[in-house]
Amino acid sequence: MAVSRLKDALNSGKFVVTSEIAPPKGTNLEKMLHHIELIKDRVDGLNVTDHQSSVMRFPSIGGCLAIKEHGGEPILQMTCRDRNRLALQAELLLAFSRGIRNILCLTGDAVLVGDHKEAKGVFDLDSTQLLKTIRLMESGKDLGGNSLDGVVQFCAGAIVTPEARPLEPQLIKFEKKVEAGAEFFQTQAIYDLDNFRKFMDYARKFPVKILAGIVLLSSAKMAKYMTENVPGIFVPQNLIDELAAAPKGGALAKGIEIAGRMIATLKKNSLCDGVHIMAIGKEEVVPDILAAAGL
Amino acid sequence: MKSITRQKSFDEIKTQLAGFDRPFIIGCGTCTTVTKTGGVDQVLEMKEKLQGLGKRISGWTVIPIACDEMTGVSIKENGRAIQNASCILAMTCALGVHRMSLYIDRPVIPALDTLFIAVEDSPGYFREVCAQCGQCVLGETAGICPITACHKGLVNGPCGGTNSGKCEVDKEKDCAWALIYERLKGQGRLELMRKYQPPRNYQAVPRPRMVKIQ
Repeated sequence: MAVSRLKDALNSGKFVVTSEIAPPKGTNLEKMLHHIELIKDRVDGLNVTDHQSSVMRFPSIGGCLAIKEHGGEPILQMTCRDRNRLALQAELLLAFSRGIRNILCLTGDAVLVGDHKEAKGVFDLDSTQLLKTIRLMESGKDLGGNSLDGVVQFCAGAIVTPEARPLEPQLIKFEKKVEAGAEFFQTQAIYDLDNFRKFMDYARKFPVKILAGIVLLSSAKMAKYMTENVPGIFVPQNLIDELAAAPKGGALAKGIEIAGRMIATLKKNSLCDGVHIMAIGKEEVVPDILAAAGL
Repeated sequence: MKSITRQKSFDEIKTQLAGFDRPFIIGCGTCTTVTKTGGVDQVLEMKEKLQGLGKRISGWTVIPIACDEMTGVSIKENGRAIQNASCILAMTCALGVHRMSLYIDRPVIPALDTLFIAVEDSPGYFREVCAQCGQCVLGETAGICPITACHKGLVNGPCGGTNSGKCEVDKEKDCAWALIYERLKGQGRLELMRKYQPPRNYQAVPRPRMVKIQ
């Protein structure tokens, strides 16, 4: 049996689409479940963020189980910020036992950027070590060198920032993640397709699938803010101008149009293996982005 | 090498001194004098502030090196005033608090928080360069410690939060891995950065850490 539906999609040669769901802060799952219902059949996999930006929320694994229950294909985001190696391994066992087959391995944002600023950041492992841990557990061992009674099997991925400055340290880390066992990469948001093409010329040399990160721009202000404040995100001025020129109340529609246009271009020119759409708080418009992309 | 300290808020000091009407104040002539947290000037300033609260200061002294064994001698010299005190207010680092507690049976209350052990890169600029982790990686990181200099203590390269050579938690701080990258590159040893570093041993020296030299 195949490892996962996502892995099958990645290996099929089709243009793969993944998106993400943000769990709630609290036990009211209504909105998250609505987003799952809305998107699950339109994509090849649905990430669930893991206390994104170090903000405490309903857990990623809880969201993944909900996706599973609704017939979707979950991608469990796991950061190393909040759990030591015992807890990470235990969660991998739980995830596998409940049918979750895709893991996105992340180091995690710093505690200081979140809403529990006095918490202890764990970082017992890092993203590369977590990838290696998955491959080790697949071989029947844990990090303590002990045998597992029943092993795991996952399609494991990681992230890369094609616009990082300086770029080479990120690329070295990318290669370490590939060697550690990453099968797919979801990139940080990309907007400059010429730059991304250069990155892909390089990344194509490795036996991994690359899904370009598409972050929905909801206004010129948000685009400007991201360029100025989010590491590794650069929105070209012409896109900011395009958003600014949108009629009053029409910026979001323009953002959807831009995202759709980018996805269509990436697909038409076979620039990468697919896209990962992050609507950040506006998950309900993911179907509109797909429609704008002609998908 | 200096022990870096920061004075606690006066409110906290006030709370900790509640019920102690006759403190004896001890500063240190070494680190806390350099960092201006527990030298003569700060001790006298504290004395005035506490007197303003109605405390009777039984005495004060600045011990040359509060963390070494001469502290015992200093304390003996001030024997009578210390006997008359209800507590000691220590304007030393925690090493001094520990040392004093060996010789004094009065409660020792720290007026400072001990932050880290630093080297002075240039006058007045103190930087933590070693976390004393018990598993030195400097040979592979061009002499820059990622455990100390990287906010997350990462050993396999930069996280995604690095931005133009700076750290995601503070734009004023350099990204440790940008520095390591530049220096390794300059040394023609970039292949070291490509090497996978396994999970670290956080029990290299299990706490409490101690050693007995034969």
